[in-house]
Amino acid sequence: MATVDLKDVRKVYPGGVEAVKGVSIAIPDKALCVLVGPSGCGKSTLLRMIAGLETISAGSCAIDGKVVNAIGPTERDIAMVFQNYALYPHMKVYDNMAYGLRNRGTPKDEIDRRVRSTAKTLELEHLLERRPRELSGGQRQRVAMGRAIVRNPKVFLFDEPLSNLDAKLRGQMRVEIKNLQRSLGVTSVYVTHDQLEAMTLADVLVVMNAGLVEQSGAPLDIYEKPASTFVASFIGAPPMNLLPLRSGQFEGAVTLPAVPGNAATLGFRPEDCEVRVEAGGIAADGALRLLARVEGVEPVGAESFLYCQAAGGRIVVRVPGRTELQAGDQLPVFARREKLHFFGSDGKRV
Amino acid sequence: MAEPSTRPPASGHDKLMIGQSAAGIWLAHAVLILGILIVAFPIYYTFVASTHSLQTILRPPLPLLPGDRFVENYWEALFGGVGRIGGVPVGTLLLNTTIVALGIAVGKIIISILSAYAIVFFRFRGRMFFFWLIFITLMLPVEVRILPTYKVMVDLGLIDTYTGLIVPLIASATATLLFRQFFLTIPGELVEAARVDGAGPWRFFKDILLPLSRTNIAALFVILFIYGWTQYLWPLLVTNRNDMNTIVIALKKMISFADADTEWHLVMVTSMLAIVPPILVVVLMQRWFVRGLVETEK
Repeated sequence: MATVDLKDVRKVYPGGVEAVKGVSIAIPDKALCVLVGPSGCGKSTLLRMIAGLETISAGSCAIDGKVVNAIGPTERDIAMVFQNYALYPHMKVYDNMAYGLRNRGTPKDEIDRRVRSTAKTLELEHLLERRPRELSGGQRQRVAMGRAIVRNPKVFLFDEPLSNLDAKLRGQMRVEIKNLQRSLGVTSVYVTHDQLEAMTLADVLVVMNAGLVEQSGAPLDIYEKPASTFVASFIGAPPMNLLPLRSGQFEGAVTLPAVPGNAATLGFRPEDCEVRVEAGGIAADGALRLLARVEGVEPVGAESFLYCQAAGGRIVVRVPGRTELQAGDQLPVFARREKLHFFGSDGKRV
Repeated sequence: MAEPSTRPPASGHDKLMIGQSAAGIWLAHAVLILGILIVAFPIYYTFVASTHSLQTILRPPLPLLPGDRFVENYWEALFGGVGRIGGVPVGTLLLNTTIVALGIAVGKIIISILSAYAIVFFRFRGRMFFFWLIFITLMLPVEVRILPTYKVMVDLGLIDTYTGLIVPLIASATATLLFRQFFLTIPGELVEAARVDGAGPWRFFKDILLPLSRTNIAALFVILFIYGWTQYLWPLLVTNRNDMNTIVIALKKMISFADADTEWHLVMVTSMLAIVPPILVVVLMQRWFVRGLVETEK
């Protein structure tokens, strides 16, 4: 239905603070683009600029090929789901959903038809006569979604919509949002600070840091080839182990494969490690091998995380299932050559 | 007397709060009843006096039970006219006072809700300047600015008019600040949701802000109505004609220094009638009033 194109978008607040420092993103039609980053990275500001709730200081924002910098949120034909849902507390669920349509002069019977069919999709039919305060968090979330869907806009904007739900409901709604977005085929921009949400929802993932795009692309590509140490430590849980290298050397490694000359940091993911008490086999093909001392064990059930101290720093190692290892144990940790990441002194991937 | 804590919960005493003894309850009720008597007795006695003839009132002691002149006295006061205030019937006074009290209450609410709306939700040049200007008027109640205001009213020819009675009392920093505080608690997301939903400033005000302020408006209305009803100084200055008096002023004028000159039975009737409308407003709006003071609907 619509593409969203951001070209070198900047936001400078009156105080001189630059929240967004030149971001360009092209979101294809029907795609779900997730903006992820730590708080204060400018992701919400960027979303609000697409919505038209913040002015764009420089650059351009185009929806469906048309530059919308100068027009207000109403005319942009977008719908937004807010973090705290922002339902109108004095209106019934029905009126909450109908309000936007009424303001646009939609005929009454058309409003009724659309509200009821949206309510059906979201299983809200029995709640239409209730007021927001009589609903649970999950139901409010659905109403907020319904209010967006019923308008049939060009673009959906989500501002951390799941952050007020409990973990179980969050997982459930995540799947639901994804399915809904697919079946409706509406281009969406979704802001979150939760990397799990970002990974599972995104068609296009944009990792932001300090007002700039750190990396963008398909979620798994970013996971496999993080462009910088920031992305490496932000995407994936627990984060990637990063150990400093000194002039291509690494003191703690018993075996260190060939290292690119300008690499300053070595990275490997906790899930790419192998723990072998007996040496042999994988060491031969140029893998990393280092000795680590277990400091803590976190069994989660399906897997266990070992928090270890290696010579170069602290690392986390994931082992499947339960483990007999205890704090104080020494163990060799291996990581295959192709699972190693190297970053330069500027933090960029080499 | 059994200890409340050892009592089985369903023994008929389960209305007791934890830690309350029966003696405590009796004491509390005794104090409350005493308080009601102290407040209510003068009102009752006024009512009794309003149902006796002037002769009975002037010949003490006044009986403690109502007399037989209820209909005559009230009829005479409401429609016949009271001599000492130029034969104006109390009905006219009630009408005047109702218009003034309603005018002040409604006017104050409209002005203050609009100015609070402007100050909270719009970013314009001099916003804080205007806010402080309104704030500073808190230091200038009617009594302080009474001479210049009176002069303005005279120059505008507003003496003995409803406009003259109402307008100078409308501007209200208190109500503006009250609405401002309430508006500040409305989440920004709600405002933005309305913007995305295509509501302009007027629609947002009408569809969202006004319904949300309902209880505040009701509470404020009760307070302001009574404020307007009991105004004394300003109506005293700005009205000369007897038929433009408010009931409080007329009541004062009815009482002469000489007891024999004063139609006490009509004074009592007027007093009774003067307290009825405020009581009605409080009783009818009590539900809203209490909700407005204790509950925030968000």
